[in-house]
Amino acid sequence: MQTLQLERNAFGQLVFTDASGEAHTGVVPVRAFAITAPDQGLALMSPEGHELLWIDTLAALPETMARLLQEELEQREFMPEIRAIRHVSSFATPSTWEVDTDRGPTRLVLKGEEDIRRLGPNALIIADHHGLQYLIRDRQALNHQSRKFLMRFL
Amino acid sequence: MSFDDLRNRLESQLSPEETSLAGMTTDLDENLHFAPGFLLLSSRRLLAASASGQVREWACQPGLELRRRDHAGVVTLELMDAHGRRAFWHYTLGQDVQARRLMDAFAARILELETGQAPEAPEEILCERCQNPMVPGQEECPTCAKALLQPPSTWTLLRLWRFARPYQGRLLAGFLLTLAATAFTLVPPYLTMPLMDEVLIPYQNGQAIDQDKVTLYLGGLLVAALMAWALGWAKTYILALVSERIGADLRTTTYEHLQGLSLEYFGGKRTGDLMARIGSESDRICVFLSLHLLDFATDVLMIAMTAAILISINPWLALVTLLPLPFIAWMIHFVRDKLRHGFEQVDRVWADVTSVLADTIPGIRVVKAFAQEKREVARFREANNRNLAVNDRVNFVWSLFTPTVTLLTEVGLLIVWGFGIWLVAHDEITVGVLAAFLAYIGRFYTRLDSMSRIVSVTQKAASGAKRIFDILDHVSSVPEPTKPQHLERVEGSISIQRVGFRYGSRTVLRGVDLDIRPGEMIGLVGHSGSGKSTLVNLICRFYDVTDGGIHIDGVDIRSLPVSEYRKHIGLVLQEPFLFFGTIAENIAYGRPDATREEIVAAARAAHAHEFILRLPHGYDSLVGERGQALSGGERQRISIARALLIDPKILIMDEATSAVDTETELEIQGALDNLIKGRTTIAIAHRLSTLRKADRLVVMDRGQIVEIGNHDELMAKEDHYYRLYQAQTKQLDEVLGLPPASA
Repeated sequence: MQTLQLERNAFGQLVFTDASGEAHTGVVPVRAFAITAPDQGLALMSPEGHELLWIDTLAALPETMARLLQEELEQREFMPEIRAIRHVSSFATPSTWEVDTDRGPTRLVLKGEEDIRRLGPNALIIADHHGLQYLIRDRQALNHQSRKFLMRFL
Repeated sequence: MSFDDLRNRLESQLSPEETSLAGMTTDLDENLHFAPGFLLLSSRRLLAASASGQVREWACQPGLELRRRDHAGVVTLELMDAHGRRAFWHYTLGQDVQARRLMDAFAARILELETGQAPEAPEEILCERCQNPMVPGQEECPTCAKALLQPPSTWTLLRLWRFARPYQGRLLAGFLLTLAATAFTLVPPYLTMPLMDEVLIPYQNGQAIDQDKVTLYLGGLLVAALMAWALGWAKTYILALVSERIGADLRTTTYEHLQGLSLEYFGGKRTGDLMARIGSESDRICVFLSLHLLDFATDVLMIAMTAAILISINPWLALVTLLPLPFIAWMIHFVRDKLRHGFEQVDRVWADVTSVLADTIPGIRVVKAFAQEKREVARFREANNRNLAVNDRVNFVWSLFTPTVTLLTEVGLLIVWGFGIWLVAHDEITVGVLAAFLAYIGRFYTRLDSMSRIVSVTQKAASGAKRIFDILDHVSSVPEPTKPQHLERVEGSISIQRVGFRYGSRTVLRGVDLDIRPGEMIGLVGHSGSGKSTLVNLICRFYDVTDGGIHIDGVDIRSLPVSEYRKHIGLVLQEPFLFFGTIAENIAYGRPDATREEIVAAARAAHAHEFILRLPHGYDSLVGERGQALSGGERQRISIARALLIDPKILIMDEATSAVDTETELEIQGALDNLIKGRTTIAIAHRLSTLRKADRLVVMDRGQIVEIGNHDELMAKEDHYYRLYQAQTKQLDEVLGLPPASA
């Protein structure tokens, strides 16, 4: 692993130097199981979409490299987690929801019930009409009113 | 003359030292008219009797041969020698089993005459009924089992008991509650009698109202009402609970059974129809059980109890009151017959409507591409109009029914009033008794009205049940062996022995013999319709062979448990089907317990890893019903990963690369090469270039194997394969604008 290098250049891009010493500019870290196992299996992809490096877990990497990747992933990933549903405009779709997320209050438009996707028994992913994804980690943990709203769509 | 007469006549002609080897009935004459005939093979000669009783015979001698060919369900058996055809007979496919035995016996006899040696008789267990060879491990003959399908009886609803049995206890409780609830509803009219006779009439005659009696009777009314309410709630709840469970069991059982049926069944059914059967029919039965049947049972109980009470009060008035009852019962019976066919028709037409939807919505691209939206709408409207027409017809009879019952009710009331007044006038009964009778029969007749509804709902539920039991009664034509054998390890050798397959009356395969070594790659080549896909379907055991057998590592595949056997087979199809779910789930379809590492490894080997990583959620990305977001090549690579993950010993590729362009094919080819390594592979390909890695090419034509060999050998033969190859390269040259290669 000594020969592998990862650094951020002046343009803010990640530069990865592989085992043969070749440098790749603008590499992107990708989670293989973005939802079910975000911490297992990452890949570094070249800008052309080819896999340069497979990483089983971030913890196995040298600290600097892991931190850089972590930063990059955080910037790329945006999946607000819904903490509460304050109001829904109607129980028939399309419906505008006012929600509190871990990134602040917002509103989203749900196009159809099929945009609510179940993940395991209690987790849900809700895609709004722009394709932005919202996560509900545990719907039983939501407050009573939010659950009542949610039940009408499930 | 009957078959038996002919048989006896022929057998009587045999000399004592002659033995009868085989016989068959020929049920068609030379002009293809139905007429009995019989063929008998003895150790010396072949005897034929025709319908007129005429007997012809041919001595068994070297050079004779029996050949059969069939077309559209009629088989022709021909006796040939070196100079030409000596005789021929026609028969229908039902006699084919006998005929093949006769042919085998004849060929063996001739061979014996030619070589002087008796051939070894193959040791086979034969089914007692149809003389078909049986498969080791199976007690029931598959051919007979197929023929034994009986139409379901009309008392189909009673068969639901099978699903009700687990809930007997609750059903009994529900019944007792029903009994009690009904009894309490009958209390109030009874109390009108003392209220009239002991309170109101005496008051009219000048006596004071007895407060205690009023309190007692009114209290009784209240208690009865409350009890009826509570018991009614309990019975409805319990019985609804049970019926919902029966419905759910019915649905799951049907679906489970459906999954066990062979592809042959699905081939003949439309998706919409099957969906309607499992979905709405079972729901209809459920509603019938929880609502209509319960109401009906309550009504019957009520009528019985009311009748008993009425008779105990005054038999004569009771007789008059109950007089219209048989009349109404007769009417119900009459209308039931009229309506039954109607409702079955409604169901069929309704399935038609859903089928139109199920046909067109998946094929919407084709519809739009050919601008046939109007036609599809017209087709739907037509189906819908048929639905309307059938319903109209049923509704005409049906709508007449309810008003008639109401009319009879009114007439009945009139009679009771008239007769009652006459009885009161003659001091036979009190006013209270008449009031009680009128109160009873008011309830009584309104129940008759709702009871009449049971006619239609029972019919609907019964036809629904029949359609569900149609599925449940269907025996899989790929039966599980009764005494299954197990394969510990599979080496992967496949031996196909004299396999024949008939689809309906069409012979698709005949006399296919092929031995495949473990790890060998076989390329199946031939025109479309030559039987390649059928052969592969037989190897997968999607169908069972009609004749012969397929052995894997020396074991007949019919003696292995179906699902255990299929675990050893990987299948890559032309049109890879992705289920709704994530990519990881789709790859792990054959092995849901696979770890993430295994899934990634399989995807890598299938060259799918990189494109999966490019998707927004990687392996957790959703793919739709038909994986619409992915290209054909990508879907194919996912299905290759799916096959790689189960690590099968036998691999079947049915036109795996024909749906993609040449460039994608090259991409997939790398994945396929990984897949093929170390496995017995059977590949069907239209493009001969895909089969360059094949160890042997098997050329099929009209259901038979015509050539086997590698590319060079077959090219040197300049026969079937050569022509196929020429046709393709010529096409390619024309496309590329090159001059045709001169031979």
